[in-house]
Amino acid sequence: MAASAITKRKRNLGDFVFSNLTRAFALVTLAMLGGIVVSLVIGSWPAIRRFGLGFLWSGEWNPPMEQFGALIPIYGTLVTSLIALVIAVPVSFGIALFLTELAPPWLKRPLGIAIELLAGIPSIVYGMWGLLVFAPVFSKYVQPLMADTLGRLPVFGELFSGAPLGIGILSAGIVLAIMTIPFIASVMRDVFDVTPAMLKESAYGVGATTWEVVWNVVLPYTKVGVIGGIMLGLGRALGETMAVTFLIGNMNFFNGVSLFLPGNSIASALANEFAEAESPIYTASLIELGLILFFITFIVLSLSKLLLSRLSRQEGSKT
Amino acid sequence: MLARFKSIVLPLTAASMVLTAVPAIAAEITGAGASFPAPIYAKWAEAYHNATSNKINYQSIGSGGGIKQITAKTVDFGASDMPLTPEHLNKDGLMQFPAVIGGEVLVINVAGIKPGEMHLTPAALADIYLGKIVKWNDKAIATLNPTLSLPDQAIAVVRRSDGSGTTFIFTNYLSKVSPEWKQKVGEGTAVQWPVGLGGKGNEGVSAFVQRIPGAIGYVEYAYAKQNKMTHTLLQNAAGNYPAPGDASFKAAAAYADWGKSAFYEILTNEPGKDSWAITGATFILMHKVQDKPAQAAEVLKFFDWSFKNGDKMAADLDYVALPDTLVKLIHTSWANIKDGSGKSVWAGK
Repeated sequence: MAASAITKRKRNLGDFVFSNLTRAFALVTLAMLGGIVVSLVIGSWPAIRRFGLGFLWSGEWNPPMEQFGALIPIYGTLVTSLIALVIAVPVSFGIALFLTELAPPWLKRPLGIAIELLAGIPSIVYGMWGLLVFAPVFSKYVQPLMADTLGRLPVFGELFSGAPLGIGILSAGIVLAIMTIPFIASVMRDVFDVTPAMLKESAYGVGATTWEVVWNVVLPYTKVGVIGGIMLGLGRALGETMAVTFLIGNMNFFNGVSLFLPGNSIASALANEFAEAESPIYTASLIELGLILFFITFIVLSLSKLLLSRLSRQEGSKT
Repeated sequence: MLARFKSIVLPLTAASMVLTAVPAIAAEITGAGASFPAPIYAKWAEAYHNATSNKINYQSIGSGGGIKQITAKTVDFGASDMPLTPEHLNKDGLMQFPAVIGGEVLVINVAGIKPGEMHLTPAALADIYLGKIVKWNDKAIATLNPTLSLPDQAIAVVRRSDGSGTTFIFTNYLSKVSPEWKQKVGEGTAVQWPVGLGGKGNEGVSAFVQRIPGAIGYVEYAYAKQNKMTHTLLQNAAGNYPAPGDASFKAAAAYADWGKSAFYEILTNEPGKDSWAITGATFILMHKVQDKPAQAAEVLKFFDWSFKNGDKMAADLDYVALPDTLVKLIHTSWANIKDGSGKSVWAGK
């Protein structure tokens, strides 16, 4: 009896230590997040005080005159990430669909592993590849073709006009897409795989086609995971630094809406300019850019959560 | 008991004295800053280590970083491609002296044009970087190069995207030769470029120039030479077109009025018929009042040794060593580096 009491107490102690340890780990994450926000705000305070909210929509980035605004890097960050998602989401969906529903078993594993390996390639390698291999081909063959076809369209054509340099917002967006595909595709594949076979087989049983099964059974069942995967990819695209630096052209000046033109992104501006920014207001402005990137990521994350809760509510109303 | 205690402690103190004495024999000094002179500092440091067994630890973190580190006193010396103004130096209690000289050239990628064939004037160059001259067969370029067949091709302007001393020297030059540039853009390690693509580092700029037909970009001469890029000739202040290289960089350095104000001297657009127009020195920064005079003396010993023995090494890496008259001035300026009691840390000659 005494012995069992001791083991019980021991177990309680173990539980107590374990639960507090895990709680401490979780709280450390929260504290780090808070610490980062606080230090970013403190670091950017001189710029916040000097430029105010105007920092967000001023297109001026002029270190010698000490005039700073974030509009061009914000624009570049959002547009490159948008291009990346527009390309990466359908392609990743196709890859995941093929791997889970269509691929013969002998191809499944090697292809799946290949995609996971792609996710492990350092971003600088993508940057160098983009600069030395992709950009020349893109400027010589693809961009002139785009200008001749898409560029002829009214209004929309404006996006595909100008000199085909191979470097610019579009190139950066495409390479970002290639970088995010492995992330989105492997998450999608994993969540597609967990759809209960019974559900799918029932659907096939009543005569559904593969497409109908995926669209009406697999996707609704896995939408949380799918959106999570897309957000993971978007997070990578928003914060990607080296690959974008090599390809975006790093231009802090708005010359037009064409996607062929060079631009700049927040992460790229930070990587390029931080080391040599000696005046305090310059450093503070760069830190404020970091703070803005933090907020953009935060907003994107909140929107995805909102979207998910909307979706689940709709689901409730249907049944 | 006491005797026993002593017998243990005394050898220990003796041992610790030996231990503390060791660093005084082989000094280790740290510096940080500009990346442009990093290869030559590394070369000098290696040779100096072999000669004296003293160690120099130089971190190539960029000029801005070097200024920050020396101001915060985390390093024994800072290095910057951009001299600090006398006011800035006084504010932070710093002094500076040049260490080595280099030049920048404009490299181009225009079909059929060989290195050194294209001639450019300062005005034409400024207009290209302002986006006012947009084609290679523009009249302003064609009249300068009557013998060349210039294509009807768009000029792709390339420049550095990262903040850099190279950009500072280049924009300082453009500000000196073009009032419009000075007023619209100005000078700095990073500026608001009206046109152009930004490449990261010398590698980024040269990759763009080599890849994009019709491109023009500025890189350090050593870099252009080692990569066999097509450089252009630039008209200097005297109206001549000297070839870039050791001789024309030295000529520009000789015209500088170094004695004037705390070595605040940017060697762009110097007079003299043989001077290269975009020349620049790179600088060492040190505190005038030293908390660690012994370390400061070691830094000065290193540069003294390098000025005496390092010219050949500098030339091998396509840098230009300082002229002797300038080295003399630098030695004189070292008398201003003092310890807490006001005694100069530099005793040597």
